[in-house]
Amino acid sequence: MSGLATGFPILTLLTVLPLAGAAVALCSGKHARGVALITTLASLALALVVWAEWTRFPVIGGYGFIEQHTWAPSLAIEYHLGVDGLSALMLVLSAIVTLMSVDAAHRVHHQPELYFGLVLVLESGLFGSFTALNFFHWFLFWELSLIPAFFLIKLWGGARRGPAATQFFVYTMAGSVALLVAFLAIFVATGSMDFGQLAFLASTGALEPMVTAHLGPVMLWLAIGVLAGFAVKVPMFPFHTWLPAAYAEAPSPVTMLLTGAMSKMGVYGLLRIAIPIFGHQISQIRTPLLVLAVATVVMGAWAAAAQKDLKRIFAYSSVNHLGYCLLAIFALAVPAAGTAAQTSQAMALNGVILQMFNHGITAAALFWFVAMMQQRTGGHRGIDQFGGLRKPAPVLTGLMGIALFSSLGLPGLNGFVGEFLIFRGVFSLAWVAATVSVLGLLVTATVILTVIQKVFWGPVANHCEGFPDLHHNERMALIPVIGLMFLVGLVPSLIVDSVNPTVLNLLAHWRF
Amino acid sequence: MLAWAIYLSFAGALAEALLPKGRAALSRWLALAVAVAGLAVAVAGYWAGIGQGRVTIVDLAWVPSMGIHFLLAADGISRVLVLLTGIAAVAGVLFSWNIELRTNEFFAFFLALIGGVYGVFLSFDFFLLFVFYEIAIVPKYFLIAIWGSTRREYAAMKLAIYSFAGSAMVLIGLLAAYTTAGSHSTTLDALAHAGLPLSFQFWCFPLVFVGFAILAGMWPFHTWAPTGHVAAPTAASMLLAGVVMKLGAYGCLRVAIGLFPRGLDPWGFSLLGIASWRDVFALLAVIGIVYGALVALAQTDFKFVIGYSSVSHMGFVLLGLMTLNQIGMTGAVLQMFSHGIIAGLLFAIVGRIVYDRTHTRQFAELEKMHLAKRLPFAAWAFVVAGVASMGLPGFSGFVAELQVLVGAWQVNPWWVAAAGVGIVVGVAYTWRALQKAFFADVLPTPNEHPRTGWPKFEPITWPEVTGVALLGATSLIVGLWPSILLDTIEPAVKALLAGGVQ
Repeated sequence: MSGLATGFPILTLLTVLPLAGAAVALCSGKHARGVALITTLASLALALVVWAEWTRFPVIGGYGFIEQHTWAPSLAIEYHLGVDGLSALMLVLSAIVTLMSVDAAHRVHHQPELYFGLVLVLESGLFGSFTALNFFHWFLFWELSLIPAFFLIKLWGGARRGPAATQFFVYTMAGSVALLVAFLAIFVATGSMDFGQLAFLASTGALEPMVTAHLGPVMLWLAIGVLAGFAVKVPMFPFHTWLPAAYAEAPSPVTMLLTGAMSKMGVYGLLRIAIPIFGHQISQIRTPLLVLAVATVVMGAWAAAAQKDLKRIFAYSSVNHLGYCLLAIFALAVPAAGTAAQTSQAMALNGVILQMFNHGITAAALFWFVAMMQQRTGGHRGIDQFGGLRKPAPVLTGLMGIALFSSLGLPGLNGFVGEFLIFRGVFSLAWVAATVSVLGLLVTATVILTVIQKVFWGPVANHCEGFPDLHHNERMALIPVIGLMFLVGLVPSLIVDSVNPTVLNLLAHWRF
Repeated sequence: MLAWAIYLSFAGALAEALLPKGRAALSRWLALAVAVAGLAVAVAGYWAGIGQGRVTIVDLAWVPSMGIHFLLAADGISRVLVLLTGIAAVAGVLFSWNIELRTNEFFAFFLALIGGVYGVFLSFDFFLLFVFYEIAIVPKYFLIAIWGSTRREYAAMKLAIYSFAGSAMVLIGLLAAYTTAGSHSTTLDALAHAGLPLSFQFWCFPLVFVGFAILAGMWPFHTWAPTGHVAAPTAASMLLAGVVMKLGAYGCLRVAIGLFPRGLDPWGFSLLGIASWRDVFALLAVIGIVYGALVALAQTDFKFVIGYSSVSHMGFVLLGLMTLNQIGMTGAVLQMFSHGIIAGLLFAIVGRIVYDRTHTRQFAELEKMHLAKRLPFAAWAFVVAGVASMGLPGFSGFVAELQVLVGAWQVNPWWVAAAGVGIVVGVAYTWRALQKAFFADVLPTPNEHPRTGWPKFEPITWPEVTGVALLGATSLIVGLWPSILLDTIEPAVKALLAGGVQ
């Protein structure tokens, strides 16, 4: 082993565990969901250990639990894993969301072994891409997560699942090829595929001259290619058009995974790969990028307001919420001048990471509630088909109301902290963009309030009479999630304290 | 030791030919035993050759008056391709398990073809290489003409004519080189060191290169490939795409580039930005990548999709060769191996697992058959083969195409941009075929309602499962652990490059 011996390869174990679970699930027929539950619980435990303990062991270049082995030296491919505060939090988020998704999917009757096998493969893809520090390794898991997601939509989705799945796949693949070509160019110029080494080259300003010497003035185009790959995944306007169809047609537990965890792969990629390596180029095109981010925020909210289907409302609302992350990331891409600007950058970045976590939890919870409402009404999910749910189902109303208010950004709940920090940071970095984006906050608020009003209040709709409230198991499954929303909302330092050192370390090394 | 792969295959072919008729089971097991023995020899030879350069196996004077040697040797490139041939042979026998018509003759031709292929990869005397090359053509013709399907006589004849035309070009070039060199030896080394004049290399190189490249499916000489692949019985398609196309690419590398490296030098003038044969063939390779992919996207016959995809993937091999740098040529050799495995798997699924049960390859009809539910094994095997073929990381094709692209990028970024388009289209046609053939959501017709049950297909047999596992696992292992082959290929390519190729 080269590099530093960190002893037990816990990150490898974390990545392999769901794969092993998938193999078992594929052979266990009707018990597949049980296998998946055990696997995801174990993964969550392991992810929490990683999150809590990663600084206890030698931390090199900001990363803990490093595993480094040669793999294919001629292509500079290494097996190189490590976590920092950002990736550790994403591991925890992925584990929680996958557990929620498996929990929510108790009505999969058609080929359950395959369904849960694919979900676990997807989880492994998430873990792998959140721990990889070498392009090849990262790309392997980035693509690996795509295949199960495609089949989960394609085989268990709604009426128009075919086109939705294909559109999702083709968009993401086109983005992947753009990423691949860009990194090939980087490899040709530098002979390295290691994120750390490339980030170091970029931070010293040596990367662009190397690329220009080998390939001519293409660095900006490479940055655009990489951004496009991530923009599809997040998604960013105008690359978002695959999303509403995919989110609406996918079975709700799969939508939970798509929005709760997979969309974070895109934001994570921006933070781990795009900004460290292409920070300077991103700062050059910061204004158009900010325009796109603001468009994502505002138009996502506006589009959500125009929808009648609950899943599409929450889908566009996801576009809006992740738009805040994009806004902050592009806003902080300025050559830092004074301490004030640096403080703003740190706030914005802390906000982005919190927002990733919070949106993951909240959006997954919302789609879970939609799944429950669909089960109870025979598949209805139009906003006008519900009404007066608070009478027959007060518990569901209460808990879903909390999740909705979390999505709205009510102080005291998790959604508020991230957005507050983002706006607090962005206002001093890019006040025009921040001001226009406030429009998104307002429209989102009206959208959420409309949902609450139409679904919970008013006279009880026809087929909502006798709507069964949450039964015991569902309550028990939801209470930890709702509790987490309060916990993060009331004690954000729980996450901020673990993330802030990483944020400061990242900002200290980024060069715009 | 590797020579035993050749001898065993020909002995097996002879034994099959002599078997009494009607003993189908016996001839199957005999063929499998011979193929497995060949693979064992290939693996053992590969293992023994790790860390070694070129090793001479046999060197006998054959026709001393003309300096012809029976010279068998192996370097890293040969060993990798011999390994590929061994795997393809075993898989080919497994997927031919249901051949009932003249079984022993089928396997006799099959093993003779395999023996010829082993021979080409191990020959270091051009006369001997040429003999084995011709031996490989004849069984191909009969395999297609007797056991083939769609327009088999036409396809077999077309294949034979293209092959012989290519051979003729190669023969003319080699005889000219032999005469010009004035040496009294036909070994490749003797010709390579003969110091052939530049003007001679300028016309002889393209002649020999195109002669071989026809068999590698280079655009615009590729048209035999799709028709031949489609008409051929499954095992023959697997061998055609899996190893025979590699014969062409191998010839381009070992003979054309190896003997006439200066034929790639710049002409000294430039026509529309093309200044050497290298530019010409790289351009044809890139056209092949994109054109093959686009045509595959438009096919209505499942097997034609795979046939044209081979043209596209072989374009990467030719492009890799034209990079003339370490990483690109290493990628080309790895792509030969990778495509041999993946194309074999694709043809096996389409030709054997699906077609032999559905008796149609038209997407319009396959769409109505709900194959994902009725043949889940075929569907998921195709998912694996498809993602391997489209170059997803984790499978052999990714590493190979990555190296080719890196190599190409060092020479001319436009090649990479065009090949990148080919990759995107490759994803599209593979995914389209996958969806149309297996996952189409066409509603069931009344007489095929799921409740009353579809007519049952013949169950999946053990040779099919074994064959799919063998090929799929090989691609996955090489994809995850490319050093297993790269460590052998790289020194051989380095030696080749040091031997005159710039």
